[in-house]
Amino acid sequence: MPSAILQNHEAEIRPPVTSVGVIGWVKQNLFDGWFNTLLTLVTVYFLYRIGPPLFRWMFMDSVWFGPASECNQNPGACWSIISSNFRFILFGFYPYDQQWRPLLAMLILFGFLYYSRDRRRWTKRLGYAWIIGLSAMGILMRGGILGLSAVESSQWGGLPLTLILSVFGLTAAYPLGIFLALGRRSKMPIIKSLSVVYIELIRGVPLISLLFMGSIIFPLFLPEGITINKILRAQVAIILFTAAYIAEVVRGGLQGIPRGQYEAAESIGLNYYLTMRLVILPQALKIVIPPTVSILISAFKDTSLVVIIALFDLLKTTQSVLSNPEWMGFSKEAYIFIALLYFLGCFSMANYSRKLERELSRD
Amino acid sequence: MKKEMVNEATAPPESRLPEEEAMIEIVDMHKWFGDFHVLKGVDLTVKKQERIVICGPSGSGKSTLIRCINRLEEHQRGRIVVDGIELTNNLKNIERIRQEVGMVFQHFNLFPHLTILENLALGPIYVRKTPRKEAEELAMHFLEKVHIAEQALKYPGQLSGGQQQRVAIARSLCMSPKVMLFDEPTSALDPEMIKEVLDVMIDLAREGMTMIVVTHEMGFAKSVAHRVLFMDFGRIVEGNTPEEFFKNPKHERTKLFLSQILH
Repeated sequence: MPSAILQNHEAEIRPPVTSVGVIGWVKQNLFDGWFNTLLTLVTVYFLYRIGPPLFRWMFMDSVWFGPASECNQNPGACWSIISSNFRFILFGFYPYDQQWRPLLAMLILFGFLYYSRDRRRWTKRLGYAWIIGLSAMGILMRGGILGLSAVESSQWGGLPLTLILSVFGLTAAYPLGIFLALGRRSKMPIIKSLSVVYIELIRGVPLISLLFMGSIIFPLFLPEGITINKILRAQVAIILFTAAYIAEVVRGGLQGIPRGQYEAAESIGLNYYLTMRLVILPQALKIVIPPTVSILISAFKDTSLVVIIALFDLLKTTQSVLSNPEWMGFSKEAYIFIALLYFLGCFSMANYSRKLERELSRD
Repeated sequence: MKKEMVNEATAPPESRLPEEEAMIEIVDMHKWFGDFHVLKGVDLTVKKQERIVICGPSGSGKSTLIRCINRLEEHQRGRIVVDGIELTNNLKNIERIRQEVGMVFQHFNLFPHLTILENLALGPIYVRKTPRKEAEELAMHFLEKVHIAEQALKYPGQLSGGQQQRVAIARSLCMSPKVMLFDEPTSALDPEMIKEVLDVMIDLAREGMTMIVVTHEMGFAKSVAHRVLFMDFGRIVEGNTPEEFFKNPKHERTKLFLSQILH
């Protein structure tokens, strides 16, 4: 067998030591030419200058629990601005003795999100469970029945508000964006032009102006005596805004599907709805997972813009703590904490999307 | 060389003569792409169980012709009647015709996100409303028929071109079509895979399927077709039994084409 001889012979030749293993990696990635070597050395120097002092400030000299006075005498970070105001930052003006309710609502939400991470569990029953879960969260937040005292939505704030705006905003914007993308590619002229006008109009204005319109201009057009919840108006603005961006990304995905896929689907007799649902969208949405997640992440962060219409989301509650004279001057610590929370949210979205991509890969 | 692709020993399907009843009737059919006149008055009647091979230079309109038969392209003048149903803008009619007409494409067009089994069962489940279990049994039956049952749980991207094309044929068969259209089914295949696809098509022919095949596999045309048509510039230039067509082509254009393609 000549091919076996050849293979045996090839197996004997090993790659040079300097191209594999730890040494190979270091050589290839850190000291590959004089320029990379220089960059490596400069980076190491800066890490040496910045790392230890930062670590000392954050962990060694820091005050974790204690009054503001103790912080003033200490050179390190003042984490007690978080620990002393923890409940206000998380829950805002929600009545103090009732704050277990938003906490429980958030735990339910996290539980559902965690359970739903596996696509194999996406059944009809899970859908119903979500509806029940969301209603339970609504009842917990709002109260007024089952012996829970009523809490006006104007008192909602902090993390629950941020989560409500994001979770509802993203889950509603995604399907709406898909419909808009399909509408923009429709052969029916009215639907097509309506979609185009919508997408371009919404993309043409900043989210802030939509929020202002929702909170100030829109109520002027309502008949007297009718008011629509402020949170709901902000929510709708976020949904409408995000959907326009998702629509354009999804449209890009639709354009990436070869015409042969449509033709094959049609030739086995699938109608438009089935062709889209079973053949085109599963492929198109998979292609656009990375840009879609980018939009969802930025929409999640953009919910903090609701401060300008005086909703007390996570960022605003933190800022309120900072305006307390006692805690003034510890904004670094407070913002680091908030950044950490936002980062956790964004990072888990990004992570999840990578997992989805891996699972859906068919190569 | 190309002629030998079809195994002559197994090739000639039992020469069942087509029935008299027409399966497809095309009368004075015209088609434009923008200003470009692609089909300039095509008349063609295909009888039940008849097998027709269409050949011709690229751009002659042969693909467009068969794509009009299941409305992947819309004709602008003339009539197309498939199994007694006329193709008009009536969506119901289009859907009914598409269910009865199977189509195999040059580039297979399998659904890459679904397994082979799911590719096959999709039509029966969602169009024919067959229960999932039955649809999967049906799919396995046709996969066995194209000798590829062991690949049922793989994805199209994991199969060779020849295997993919056989899956595509099986996918069409799952809808139990009355006519099968083949649009250059072997043109995108590596030479060593052409035979396995042609063999499957020959099996189909033997079972009496009505077939219209756009192909340049002249060996296949000789052994399987009842009629060979030559198209050029949007018209059917001539059509005849394979024997006559290859021995005594009547038009200069046909002679030239045959001399180029047969060497």
